[in-house]
Amino acid sequence: MSGPPVQQTSPTFVGMPSFPEAAREALANTQQRDNLRNATHTIRAKRAAVVAEVPEWEALRVAGADAKDEALTHLGDYLEQLEASLTANGATVHWARDADEANAIVVEIARAKGVDEVVKVKSMATQEIELNEALEAAGISAWETDLAELIVQLFGDRPSHILVPAIHRNRTEIRDVFLREMAKVGRPAPEDLTDEPARLAEAARLHLREKFLRARVAVSGANFAIADTGTLVVVESEGNGRMCLTLPETLISVVGIEKVLPTWDDLAPMLQLLPRSSTGERMNPYTTMWSGVHDGDGPQEVHVVLLDNGRSHVLADAVGRQALRCIRCSACLNVCPVYERTGGHAYGSVYPGPIGAVLNPQLRGTASEVDQSLPYASSLCGACFDACPVRINIPELLVELRGAVAEQGGHRAESAAMKAAAWVLSDPKRLAVAQRGATTAGRLIGKRTITKVPGLGAWTDARNVPTPPKETFRQWWAREHENPGEQS
Amino acid sequence: MMVTTPRTDLRVALFATCFNDTMWPETPKATVRLLERLGCRVEFPAAQTCCGQMLTNTGYAGEAVPHVRRFVDVFGDYDAVVAPSASCVGSVRDQHAMVARRAGDEGLASEVEQVAPRVHELSEFLVDVLGVTDVGAWFPHRVTYHPTCHSLRLLRVGDRPLQLLRAVEGIDLVELPGADECCGFGGTFAMKNSDVSVAMGTDKAAHVAETGAEVVVAGDNSCLAHIGGILGRQGAGIRSLHLAEILASTREDPA
Repeated sequence: MSGPPVQQTSPTFVGMPSFPEAAREALANTQQRDNLRNATHTIRAKRAAVVAEVPEWEALRVAGADAKDEALTHLGDYLEQLEASLTANGATVHWARDADEANAIVVEIARAKGVDEVVKVKSMATQEIELNEALEAAGISAWETDLAELIVQLFGDRPSHILVPAIHRNRTEIRDVFLREMAKVGRPAPEDLTDEPARLAEAARLHLREKFLRARVAVSGANFAIADTGTLVVVESEGNGRMCLTLPETLISVVGIEKVLPTWDDLAPMLQLLPRSSTGERMNPYTTMWSGVHDGDGPQEVHVVLLDNGRSHVLADAVGRQALRCIRCSACLNVCPVYERTGGHAYGSVYPGPIGAVLNPQLRGTASEVDQSLPYASSLCGACFDACPVRINIPELLVELRGAVAEQGGHRAESAAMKAAAWVLSDPKRLAVAQRGATTAGRLIGKRTITKVPGLGAWTDARNVPTPPKETFRQWWAREHENPGEQS
Repeated sequence: MMVTTPRTDLRVALFATCFNDTMWPETPKATVRLLERLGCRVEFPAAQTCCGQMLTNTGYAGEAVPHVRRFVDVFGDYDAVVAPSASCVGSVRDQHAMVARRAGDEGLASEVEQVAPRVHELSEFLVDVLGVTDVGAWFPHRVTYHPTCHSLRLLRVGDRPLQLLRAVEGIDLVELPGADECCGFGGTFAMKNSDVSVAMGTDKAAHVAETGAEVVVAGDNSCLAHIGGILGRQGAGIRSLHLAEILASTREDPA
């Protein structure tokens, strides 16, 4: 049996084009646009309904943000406490500065166990470090067991959403890939498979069952890591996580250092905020919590890999650090009008949408074309900030990051144009001179419609241009009011 | 029935905004007519220029510092500053202090904080300061209202513009489907990400057309230029008009 299709296409995000370029391609995919529109609007409405029924929602958001801020402000202390609690509970703690170190740790543990496969719980951290590819390179197959991740893996595709990674696929496409690919990597899909959701889920369940029962090592992430009790928490909907977290003898969890929460009590707001914000459910179906090793019950060897991979860098930025509050709920993706139209791949990362637009340039820096373009991949409409359960002010962060990109000096023409505009607009006399150009044009054009302006194709390809007036407001005012209320 | 509350005690400054001043003078003119009709004494300090939002939002906050300085100097002494632009008011109230602090000018930031609460978007000024919703307007057309993102989520003007529009005599106000979704203008976003911007605007224009409205109204001419630009290209025959122009419209002087 061959490994999962993921390795054949090696879907990495290296060398992604800039956002506008990738977005243009995505916009042309009308099937994907329909899929995205339907999915985001459905989940948006569900979220709005369950959030509206909680009168203390704003207080919960504040409590969630406060718990995260407390953890981030004293991150070093809480991480040491977490390590001590986990160790006391019988877990082995590993520290990884970057993706390579984390991958090497996981590969080494799997090799020591002598396995050639692992089962995986859906985890953003392991996708961020491209663990599946690293395991594959070491001859170890990594089987995704979350239904949507399984679909993405069978397609040899990249996830396009944090929570619903196959959001860009519809059920007919999914039936086809089950029929085509499942047999290559395990139990085949039934020949008479239809695109009914229940039939598709049943096919996945049967396909995954043999992997759950056979695997000796599981790999997970964690939604939360509680410092005072040494407890890891995974929140999920399908029960596949519970299977992976309880059946195999060895469990390796890769956890970003920002996942730490100071106390057990801090879970209270989080477990209310997360399901309502992510799936639009009052409560998620499965919450698994484990504190180290318990004799004869669950995994007998528990490893926790605490991952930095750029997070310390984000933490060092006074404005930027609020992005580390993110609990990966995806509410910002689902309400984002840009994401709704482009999908996730255009963001060039496993973290797409508004949070990706601020997190990626902070985690990875702004050296690449795509990371430089991400802070501009937003109309600053503010829907993401309103939806965020931990009150990350994404528009503020986007503007801040645009400043960082502009300071790099990459866009020379733009920089010159902005400086010229600033010079004109900062003085009323210079502004009046510039306005004469507009009113002259206005008098020449009269009532005709402007459909083309040289150099403005980005606007005029699809939009008419407003006709300039024959007289500016300030000219009118000066004419009408003999004694204008001038201040200077 | 129009309620007039003369507020001749207030020194009201009009912040026309540079976009309106240059491209849409009918909007600040309408604002002046409307406020004077309601008993205000309106001044236009000619030293005003631009709030600097385009610079800040494109990543050039440093270049916007002189704009913040000028805004405080020009408008600092007025009891109220009124602007027919939610976006520019949002820039003053939400960003000016940040721009000053980013430049290390704490003194300027505290001056901003003195004046910012007295800067009002038109519908806020009418409903909250003057306490009127019926401004004595007449506009016998089918109209749909698009709440711009900065009205809705930055200033939180809520239903103030709708309260004002509902009281307009003769108006047939119809609800816009998906009203709270961004039109896709977004300042330089409209150019830098023009494909996504047009995709968003095309959906917004379709919603406007669905309502059968003759006129789409909003509190920001920049968003209206985008929506109207698409409607115009489609030959939809739907006018875009700023809220101020509908509220200023009367039988004697219709918009």
